[in-house]
Amino acid sequence: MTPLETFFTLDFPALAAGVLAAVCCALVGCFLVLRRMSLMGDAISHAVLPGLVLAFLISGSERPFTLLIAAAGVGVITTALIELVQRWGRVEPGAAMGVVFTVLFAIGVLMLERLGGRNLHIDADCLIHGQMEGALWLDAPATLAQLADPARYAGFPPQVVTLVIALALVVACIALFFKELRITSFDPALAAALGFRPTLVRYALMTLTAVVVVASFEAVGSILVIGMLVVPGMIAHLLTDRLGPMLLVSAAAALCAAVVGYYTGAHLPPLLGAPGALSAAGMIGVTLGAMLVLAALFAPRHGALSAALRRAALRIDITREDILAAMHRRAEAHPSAPHPIADLRAHAGGALTARLALRALRRRDEARADGAGGLELTPRGAVRARELVRAHRLWESYLVQTAGARADHVHNTAETLEHITDAQLARMLNQRTGHAATDPHGKPIPTQPTEADDA
Amino acid sequence: MTPRSADTPPREPPPASAFPSPASEAREDPAAFFARRPEHSPDAPLSIHDMTIAYHRRPVLWDIDYDAPKGKLVGILGPNGAGKSTLIKGALGLVPRASGRVLVFGKPYEKMRREVGYVPQRESVDWDFPVSALDVVAMGRYAHIGWLRPVSRAHKERAMACLERVGMADYASRQISQLSGGQQQRVFLARALAQDASLYLMDEPFASVDAATERAIVGVLRELREQGRTCLVVHHDLHTAPEYFDEVLLLNMRIVAHGPTRETLTEDNLRRTYGGRLTLLSEAGEALARRAPANPPPPTSAARRDQDAP
Repeated sequence: MTPLETFFTLDFPALAAGVLAAVCCALVGCFLVLRRMSLMGDAISHAVLPGLVLAFLISGSERPFTLLIAAAGVGVITTALIELVQRWGRVEPGAAMGVVFTVLFAIGVLMLERLGGRNLHIDADCLIHGQMEGALWLDAPATLAQLADPARYAGFPPQVVTLVIALALVVACIALFFKELRITSFDPALAAALGFRPTLVRYALMTLTAVVVVASFEAVGSILVIGMLVVPGMIAHLLTDRLGPMLLVSAAAALCAAVVGYYTGAHLPPLLGAPGALSAAGMIGVTLGAMLVLAALFAPRHGALSAALRRAALRIDITREDILAAMHRRAEAHPSAPHPIADLRAHAGGALTARLALRALRRRDEARADGAGGLELTPRGAVRARELVRAHRLWESYLVQTAGARADHVHNTAETLEHITDAQLARMLNQRTGHAATDPHGKPIPTQPTEADDA
Repeated sequence: MTPRSADTPPREPPPASAFPSPASEAREDPAAFFARRPEHSPDAPLSIHDMTIAYHRRPVLWDIDYDAPKGKLVGILGPNGAGKSTLIKGALGLVPRASGRVLVFGKPYEKMRREVGYVPQRESVDWDFPVSALDVVAMGRYAHIGWLRPVSRAHKERAMACLERVGMADYASRQISQLSGGQQQRVFLARALAQDASLYLMDEPFASVDAATERAIVGVLRELREQGRTCLVVHHDLHTAPEYFDEVLLLNMRIVAHGPTRETLTEDNLRRTYGGRLTLLSEAGEALARRAPANPPPPTSAARRDQDAP
């Protein structure tokens, strides 16, 4: 066997099955994630089992269309049953799904046990992790030229054909009904008012879910498929904020996870000196999980780490402004006293925050070293410091005069609000407080040169 | 026009089996319907006839009879749980009607979807959804676009113009969770404008919005009125109602009164609207919910028709 022939016989079918299954599931899964219906993927992946066993018995796995039609039927029936149980049993959707999918799954297990052993090549193991590596391309091309030879395709793995059809169906449906899927997912009430039949679309989406679950079944089983439905959509939701890009990113994430998962499964154990290979489906699931963790940490807008960085930046910014205001107040009391850095550090929560805030002051040219181990305000810094103290004292006056707070209760509130007060808000505060000259503690409210005409 | 009021509870509560609408009446030709019911006008933007709505077989709105006046701003007022939102959803067919008929400009709603704009409550959607403000406004055009066809450039430009009208053009490409509550409400309003409808049903557009948004909404409402369009607006603030609305509809499980704002917002009417629950109706609703069989038998339509024939 040439390396190429080995690739086409062994690697290609498994890799293609993994990639196609992952991408199909990811695309449909995006809508499940957005509709908060992830559990529905779980329900359907289990509920399809009896239909799957029947379809295998009737046609064998060689006829993709029978399989997919059976899947579609099961999807509709499952969805309808869940709604019936919900209505008649007066339970919440989660309970209805739990009841329906476990009962259908149990029926499927019994059917598999009674009828499966002799006639089918699916068993309990296959249910859990699929048989991705079991796909073989018999009589595969040995050279690239032979790829064009139709005779070589007689032994093409049927699972891959099923998945190609499923992917074509999914892509066609999303492309054709993009607008309908978007409005029924986002605002079902408006969709119904406009005549876009959200119930019909929901059933269609469930049918499509059943189709991809069944098509992926042989590759990844009925447990791991849940992860493949939900995780790429979650990753993409963290990384994007438009529906189109979200679908593309989810497909890309699924593709990466499938390729990385397959090759690490096959080649990692030998590299580590361990015998055998790891389950490719299992590795894909693990890879997806790792990618989700990375996305949850590092996503630019929604990631935990990004959020922590933004919070830290805000803390530094507030410390910087607190130092400016403190310098202004010290200068009020002792106009020519220096500002030793050690004193200013007291206004920061931590040593690192203080150091970064001081650096920010210098970088923004709001303060500079006074040559004697202290800081002095630059003209630019003096303006900002004045604005902050002004905002602080205006808020104190406003809170006491208008909001009826006690004079000794307003400092902390003003301390927070001074950082978010812009010129317009300050002007309004000034008007509301009747252009007060002093704050409730008797300290003068600095005036703004630009607002001289206001007063 | 004098305010009409219906302070006496409507006819004694019908048995649960009589709630489903008489099928014959729901199918009746609108022309014949209006001939038989001269108190309703085929020109009314919205004509609600004897609508009762029940959740889990418990009526929350009883025997609503209402013709909306053309080219007016109408405020729908009432206490919490009075059925204000339900009135709108029932008129749009978003919640099943136990009985009654709704006609839009004299025709069934299903044929008049393009003439009706709807602004749902802001909390009714997931604002984390990956769409931009412009995407949301473009949804208002979907009824004009129809199934399967994509959103064309012309429709997007139209949506953009609607965003401009509510002062949100600068935020067109923002993902909607990055907008403030007031801005989100303005996006919803722009979406309604994009629907280019003759009748607007708005569910609490003024709920917890900033002063600038409130002014923007009022401005748009007045603009719509000048163009001869009709707006029914669920509202929660009695103080601003006289300033904002030409007419009001006072609701508390049934219509307490409706008509020109000044004449209708009387102390007496307000007391009847807000002064505690209508205990008899509530109790009757409870009793119906308790006694109604799980699957109601077929409607006894003849009896119901005879009972309220003119």
